[in-house]
Amino acid sequence: MAELKLGKYTVETGEDGYMTNPDQWNKEIAEEIAKQENIKELTPDHWNVIEFLQKDYKEKGSIPTIRRLKKVGGIDTKELYKLFPEGPVKKAARIAGLPKPKSCV
Amino acid sequence: MKNLVILGAGTAGTVMANHLVKKLSVKEWQITVIDQDPRHFYQPGFLFIPFDMYNEKQVTREKASFIPKKCNFILSEVDNIDAEKNVVNIKSGKKKINYDILIIATGSRIVPEEVEGLAGSSYYKNIFDFYTIDGAVKLRQFLQTFTKGKLVLNIAEIPIKCPVAPLEFVFLADWFFTKKGVRENIDLTFVTPLSDAFTKEKTAAVLSTLLNHKNINIVTDFSISKVDSDEKQIVSFDEKNVEYDLLVTIPTNMGSSVIERSGLGDDLEFVPTHRSTLQSKEHDNIFVIGDATDLPTSKAGSVAHFEAEILTENILRYINNLELKEEYDGHANCFIESGFGKGFLIDFNYDVEPVPGKFPFPVIGPMSLLKESKLNHWGKLAFRWIYWYVMLKGLPIPGITATMSTKGKQID
Ligand SMILES: Cc1cc2nc3c(=O)[nH]c(=O)nc-3n(C[C@H](O)[C@H](O)[C@H](O)COP(=O)(O)OP(=O)(O)OC[C@H]3O[C@@H](n4cnc5c(N)ncnc54)[C@H](O)[C@@H]3O)c2cc1C
Repeated sequence: MAELKLGKYTVETGEDGYMTNPDQWNKEIAEEIAKQENIKELTPDHWNVIEFLQKDYKEKGSIPTIRRLKKVGGIDTKELYKLFPEGPVKKAARIAGLPKPKSCV
Repeated sequence: MKNLVILGAGTAGTVMANHLVKKLSVKEWQITVIDQDPRHFYQPGFLFIPFDMYNEKQVTREKASFIPKKCNFILSEVDNIDAEKNVVNIKSGKKKINYDILIIATGSRIVPEEVEGLAGSSYYKNIFDFYTIDGAVKLRQFLQTFTKGKLVLNIAEIPIKCPVAPLEFVFLADWFFTKKGVRENIDLTFVTPLSDAFTKEKTAAVLSTLLNHKNINIVTDFSISKVDSDEKQIVSFDEKNVEYDLLVTIPTNMGSSVIERSGLGDDLEFVPTHRSTLQSKEHDNIFVIGDATDLPTSKAGSVAHFEAEILTENILRYINNLELKEEYDGHANCFIESGFGKGFLIDFNYDVEPVPGKFPFPVIGPMSLLKESKLNHWGKLAFRWIYWYVMLKGLPIPGITATMSTKGKQID
């Protein structure tokens, strides 16, 4: 268990830097995490991805894959990589205050 | 008379038929097994075909010979499953088959069409898979004259069956080209969508060191967007590219098309399955085993073998209206060929990643876990015989239990 200072907030995170208490999440915190991930500004397109992740996680209990983002969320994969370069789901999930996606075996 | 129907007579379906025929009364139950292909392949052997270590004959047997005589074996493609009506529709004779209990064991298959440009005219020219008998045989032909250039192995997407097979391929390729005396003219590169050589941390560390030692390049976090076969390069979604002369691909793995036609699958047509009972999440009288499930463990023959023991017990419980046993723990056990006559062995489950130690018996082993040894290589080769003569018949393998044991393991 660790703590992370983000602007005026302090949030609980795991050792991997992902938030562990979803109640602490808010949009300002998301903006701060985004900066740490080298994303200067969260545009409506970013929010579209973040909100889909949150909604799908709530319904399914797991972080959607790139394939699912495309198939169910209608998010083009190339676009996704432009929004969240290098490991988009990992980054977007962290910004969305969700756990680190588990890669399966 | 009641009907138990098994779809798919690969590893999992065959083992289930052999288990159940011993447990169910022939007066009460008719067991029907359906498969579209008369040939049973020992798929782990596909890895060795490109390097001329095994031939087609050694990995192929007649399916019917492994199905118990008391079962009704039908050779046909299954068109769809109507889970509301408890009916399976098969293509041959357009017949309907009713079931009281259904076991889905239709495995997983590669779908090259999922990646733009992959299934084009270069497929089987300088692009090959080795997850099918055709791919493995054609790749063997190609390798006979391939003496210089860039060999790239790419995993398109995960999960894939036998997640260690791509690594084994590059290890064996290194050995193969060394024996031919052309290794220095060949550039070997392993390109993966993962952030490391393997999904499990400790194993990844050991295998990365080995790749390095063998002078095999690794490119991680590469999510393939397309194959540009004119320029001979693979391109990622974030526009990185890797050039090849020979591309060995592990295309997207998906569940059988019958799952799609029946509307029973997830995004990759794997069937949502309860992780410890193996019952389908949507239908109480449907059970799922082997590569066809969506479970977060390896898609491997050993997994099918372990699951079969627990599933047999649960089918009997289901028939007798008893609560199902929540027993399956994700146990998997895989040999990893590392070339030059050596290999590794890993043993793990949903919660415990592979660690060093001795297997299957503490201290005496004789196999070493997560450590390279000659014996592990011989173990892998012996496994073909165990597969045909012990495993498919549903017989126990001495010292190896369905759930994972931590005996003899160095767990921190
Ligand atoms: C290259 C390679 C190396 C491997 N190495 C290892 C290893 O070292 N160790 C290990 O444990 N595992 C290994 N495996 C994995 C192992 O082979 C599989 O996990 C195992 O065979 C899974 O069994 P299954 O019964 O679920 O699927 P399968 O054995 O693939 O059987 C599925 C069956 O369903 C049938 N089927 C599918 N759809 C239909 C339909 N619509 N109608 C009728 N029939 C249908 C198919 O014809 C097939 O016979 C390897 C696999 C490959 C490809």
